[in-house]
Amino acid sequence: MSMTRQAEPAVTSPPAPGPHETDGRTTERPLAIRLLARPEIGVFLGAAAVFAFFLITAPPVRDGASMANILYSSSTIGIMALPVALLMIGGEFDLSAGVAVITSALTASMLSYQLTMNVWVGVIVALLVSLGVGFLNGWLLVKTGLPSFLITLGTFLILQGVNLAVTKLVTGNVATDDISTMDGFDQAKKIFASSFDVGGVEVKITVVWWLVFAAIATWVLLRTKYGNWIFAVGGNKESARAVGVPVNFTKISLFMLVGFGAWFIGMHQLFSFNTVQSGEGVGQELIYIAAAVIGGCLLTGGAGSAIGPVFGAFMFGMVQQGIVYAGWNPDWFKAFLGVMLLGATLINLWVSRAATRR
Amino acid sequence: MSRTSLPRPRRVLPVVAVAAATALTLAGCSSSSGGKKSADSAADASVGKASTPRMTIAMVTHAPSGDTFWDTIRKGAEAAAAKDNVKLIYSNDETAADQANLVQNAIDQKVDGIAVTLAKPDAMKAVVAKAEQAGIPVVGFNAGLGEWKKQGLLSFFGQDEAVSGQALGTKLNSTGVKHTLCVIQAQGDVNLEQRCAGVKKTFSGKTDILYVNGTDMPSVKSTISAKLTQDKSIDEVVTLGAPFALTAVQSLSDAGSKAKVATFDLNASLISAIEKGTIQFAVDQQPYLQGYLAVDSLWLYKTNGNYSGGGEAPVLTGPAFVDKANVDAVAEFAAKGTR
Repeated sequence: MSMTRQAEPAVTSPPAPGPHETDGRTTERPLAIRLLARPEIGVFLGAAAVFAFFLITAPPVRDGASMANILYSSSTIGIMALPVALLMIGGEFDLSAGVAVITSALTASMLSYQLTMNVWVGVIVALLVSLGVGFLNGWLLVKTGLPSFLITLGTFLILQGVNLAVTKLVTGNVATDDISTMDGFDQAKKIFASSFDVGGVEVKITVVWWLVFAAIATWVLLRTKYGNWIFAVGGNKESARAVGVPVNFTKISLFMLVGFGAWFIGMHQLFSFNTVQSGEGVGQELIYIAAAVIGGCLLTGGAGSAIGPVFGAFMFGMVQQGIVYAGWNPDWFKAFLGVMLLGATLINLWVSRAATRR
Repeated sequence: MSRTSLPRPRRVLPVVAVAAATALTLAGCSSSSGGKKSADSAADASVGKASTPRMTIAMVTHAPSGDTFWDTIRKGAEAAAAKDNVKLIYSNDETAADQANLVQNAIDQKVDGIAVTLAKPDAMKAVVAKAEQAGIPVVGFNAGLGEWKKQGLLSFFGQDEAVSGQALGTKLNSTGVKHTLCVIQAQGDVNLEQRCAGVKKTFSGKTDILYVNGTDMPSVKSTISAKLTQDKSIDEVVTLGAPFALTAVQSLSDAGSKAKVATFDLNASLISAIEKGTIQFAVDQQPYLQGYLAVDSLWLYKTNGNYSGGGEAPVLTGPAFVDKANVDAVAEFAAKGTR
């Protein structure tokens, strides 16, 4: 069903003979070519190209601290891009992912502040709310059979309005109150928003979580039954159901995974900035989807990987910060961003096409 | 008691037990510091109310939803409305054409007065003229210092963005900084661009502009750090909103920069940052005052024919600087979100 899932047979024989000698269709293609055909490799090369480009044009990037900053920027996109990618492999979109992050942060912040509770109470309730939003998305999807684009567009607008209105109702302002002096804050900050020292460079903990989550997602996709189900429901829902895949469960749980990601990033934002503004998060959903698509996940579902979006998010973070490190005219910022992303995606596409054609 | 009602208590009991247990658990989780309990202070002072007949006033702005600055303007307008026995209809849209439609909507509702911002004066011209033709008094506030008189508005309350930018630039000259970074959180926003342009105009050193993605705080933080690493000569960061100033302080420590932070606009956390000295100063154009005066002036015009400035001069609401010297006087009000 998906090429990314197929195990690569070990290469024991010498490279296959050229097309002059035999019919090329039946021969084993060389390892390098087969590697290139994998979507992750395309995005890896694209990311490497962008990285090399900025390494040359923007001297500050060569510094360790700058690299840590770029990785941090990538990680806050990347942590959300992972569940969004899994959902996309499962054949669905979530347009509410960007504002759901803020919903989660607002819930935790307002609940702990207004009731003067230990912040962990807010954190846990926020997790339940986020999973609930994900469940609602998935449940509406399987119950109505409407496209996820429509359903999550609805929840996107609802959450956007609810974020603003409830915050205004509860706090009287459009941003939440500072919770940094409350019990449990420092503890939660250690988990969600601390940093540690690696050879004199401050690395943010989100980078570690990002890689841990990516490893778990890769393992789930490639080695578990649940991973098979994700590919199956994204490929063809009806045949998946026919062979006994619990389609509804898989879809709903994928939406809930996005909810989990939104909770995590929401908590990161809350504990690194102490307050949350209710109007934030709009537009982020497209960045998450972009990172997943650049990372080789098909918009139509059924194919993709968890490691691809890691590079996709890195590419996004690299371009976003690289333009600033390079000191280019800021008026062109958005245009640069678009051109670089398009260019990187084209490299990605070209590599995988060139590799599969032969 | 009928049979059917018998099983009920059994079902209710566990629910009550669970609820009680939850309540107890939650009670055990109370925070001993911070939170609403410690912030609850004296409630808002109760004000008298005018005995004039009920009237309706529409306030139409170009504000984005959920912006702290505009929320303060709205609070000022609501306070004046409550005092003056006015029904306030507040509406906002960032798009010029849609804002004009909202003014038309107010005309159609036959309101008694309209307070409007002229961020894109040309787009508003026709509809403002229509309101005046319909005999509805119109006042301007916040944006449109150069235009309000031409369009025949009664009064204008505010501080042009460019003027407050220039005031900040002048203030920076006195602190002796050489290289300023002006951080814009929404690329292409007229008001924000005007503020930075104002700073650039009067500041004697070099002024650079940086665009950040204001809807994503982590990326704001890393983009400002990136810029500070790229150009080590930056010794002042100017942000255009209080939340961004607080984020910039984190960026400084990430980038190991010694730059200072100054900002436009206030909020409660910013006040404590000024007290602590992590933020140098804030320039405040007193948004509450703008909203309050705009509504109050329409009420005065309707009830007594007064109009501030006599249709000739604008009423300036700023720039007011808040720094360590006067922060205490403002702190109490900023905590409530009204200053």
